[in-house]
Amino acid sequence: MDTKYLFKRNNVWWVKLAVPSALRSKLGYDLRKSTGESDIEKAILARETIISELKKKFDEFKISPEEKKSTAPNNVTYLDYASTTPVDERVVEKMKECLTIDGAFGNPGSRSHLYGWKAEELIEEARCNVSKLVNCDPREIIFTSGATESDNLAIKGVAHFYKNKGKHIITSKIEHKAVLDTCRQLEKEGFDVTYLDTDEYGSISIDQISEEIREDTTLVSLMHINNEIGVINDINEIGDLTRERGVIFHVDAAQSAGKIPIDLCNSKVDLMSFSAHKIYGPKGIGALYVRRKPRVRLEALFHGGGQERGIRAGTLPTHQIVGMGEAFKIASQELEKDFEKINNLKNRLYNGLKDMEEIYINGNLDEGYPGIFNLSFNYVEGESLIMAVKNIAVSSGSACTSASLEPSYVLRALGRPDELAHSSIRFSFGRFTQEQDIDFTIDLVKSSVNQLREISPLWEMHLDGVDLSKIEWAS
Amino acid sequence: MAYSKKVVDKFEQTLKNPKAASVGRWKPGDADFDKVGTGIVGAPACGDVMKLQIKCEDIDGVKKIVDAKFKTYGCGSAIASSGQLIDMLKGKTIDEAKEICNKEIVDILELPPIKIHCSVLAEEAIKKAINDFESNDNVRKHNQ
Repeated sequence: MDTKYLFKRNNVWWVKLAVPSALRSKLGYDLRKSTGESDIEKAILARETIISELKKKFDEFKISPEEKKSTAPNNVTYLDYASTTPVDERVVEKMKECLTIDGAFGNPGSRSHLYGWKAEELIEEARCNVSKLVNCDPREIIFTSGATESDNLAIKGVAHFYKNKGKHIITSKIEHKAVLDTCRQLEKEGFDVTYLDTDEYGSISIDQISEEIREDTTLVSLMHINNEIGVINDINEIGDLTRERGVIFHVDAAQSAGKIPIDLCNSKVDLMSFSAHKIYGPKGIGALYVRRKPRVRLEALFHGGGQERGIRAGTLPTHQIVGMGEAFKIASQELEKDFEKINNLKNRLYNGLKDMEEIYINGNLDEGYPGIFNLSFNYVEGESLIMAVKNIAVSSGSACTSASLEPSYVLRALGRPDELAHSSIRFSFGRFTQEQDIDFTIDLVKSSVNQLREISPLWEMHLDGVDLSKIEWAS
Repeated sequence: MAYSKKVVDKFEQTLKNPKAASVGRWKPGDADFDKVGTGIVGAPACGDVMKLQIKCEDIDGVKKIVDAKFKTYGCGSAIASSGQLIDMLKGKTIDEAKEICNKEIVDILELPPIKIHCSVLAEEAIKKAINDFESNDNVRKHNQ
């Protein structure tokens, strides 16, 4: 007789159901309910109904007994913070004060009335908040529509302004598209661009840069934290070199501002791009730091009402700027706390996955930014993996889901074979990620990779000891 | 890019219950291995490799595909296309299977234009598997 889930107490049969480990803190080790029957056969008949009742209890805590579900409201755990972040509630509150008739909705450019003055005051306060996070003078901050515009303004602005001095620019192969495509555009205009190679971890050495600087080099543009693999460039060391050689240094800090310390006063960076939405601010707003001493000159992209000292014309969007200011202010206060939390989450994820066979870390595990963790799962194709782990929101290094079928250019630049570049996943976490989300991710990724490997002919060949690189593939 | 529900369903069923979806293989030494034809198409660097095996028997003088198995490395639609191909193959005669065209898979799964190559891969896989079976078959006849 099948007495599973049943036990007898005081001559009555009870149902006992084990609580999934994630719920034990709330529900204890098991849930029990009496069938009210002393006859085992009747108890067995009643068992199913009671089990489903008890299981409903689990559902109330969003977790079914068979499968741990995500903590996110729609059951999809967000692990794509490097792509964008949710806006912090505290930021939203500040932004709300700049929109309606009873708030600071005025045009900050209006010098003739209170509405304009109020808006201007809030903008200057936000400018101060932005400058404090990176330790610079508020007058060195120019608001833009985002890091892409900042990159365009910095690179085209310098290239065009200093074109009589020289037409050579240095950047790297793993920059963001906002930098790479801007450089491509300048090449069409007759500029000469050097794209530096990186080593297998994504690092660029100071000697490499030094060797490429020529008489006619006007600009070096390198990112602070790489958005795909989290590798960090030593911008202080590079700044010392570029200053010594009389070259302007631009840094794309979209991924780093508010995540790791930046001290512009004590470094020789000349231009730095910022974004608000990567650090819990709104989308559509960013800034460019433009050094005053020694002064860096730029040719403007937009012309109009002379806002932002003529470098970036256009009515300033008060609510966006205030949102960015508040996000940067919070980041100044919480940077260390956020970093420690994120570092712990990364370690938790790494420890949970590290025993899997045939996985490869892209980037530098020990020295990179812990909020970006990029892994390749050999013998599994990236897009199918993304489909299989649909309960977590992550990015694939394989651009198979977009219009092109090319694997990530960043992973290729690292020298990863195409198969591994195709099979990568970028996990990125942030302020609102919880340990539970990581545990859920570990389980889901492990089981999905195992499932996909079971149906992968390449995994089968690997287990058979076939060297895949020796096979002549007909394609 | 959004896949059709059919691709997603096929993909998920295959993952959840690979045996029922005919994931597997016959390897040398297995009983009946001489009745199996194998086709491997695609390349890891391109992101797709499909391995299809068909098992054929002589039924009333006609060569029929009595069973088929596959393994696929590739995107969701490549995996779904392989599964779809398997469904279409079983019970067909070899001559009928030769007529299978990628367009049928495209229509059934509602594949987006950028994923049509997955169905082409499936068509190539069945052609190659049949070819392999027939050349083995010729060798067998020759040896008899």
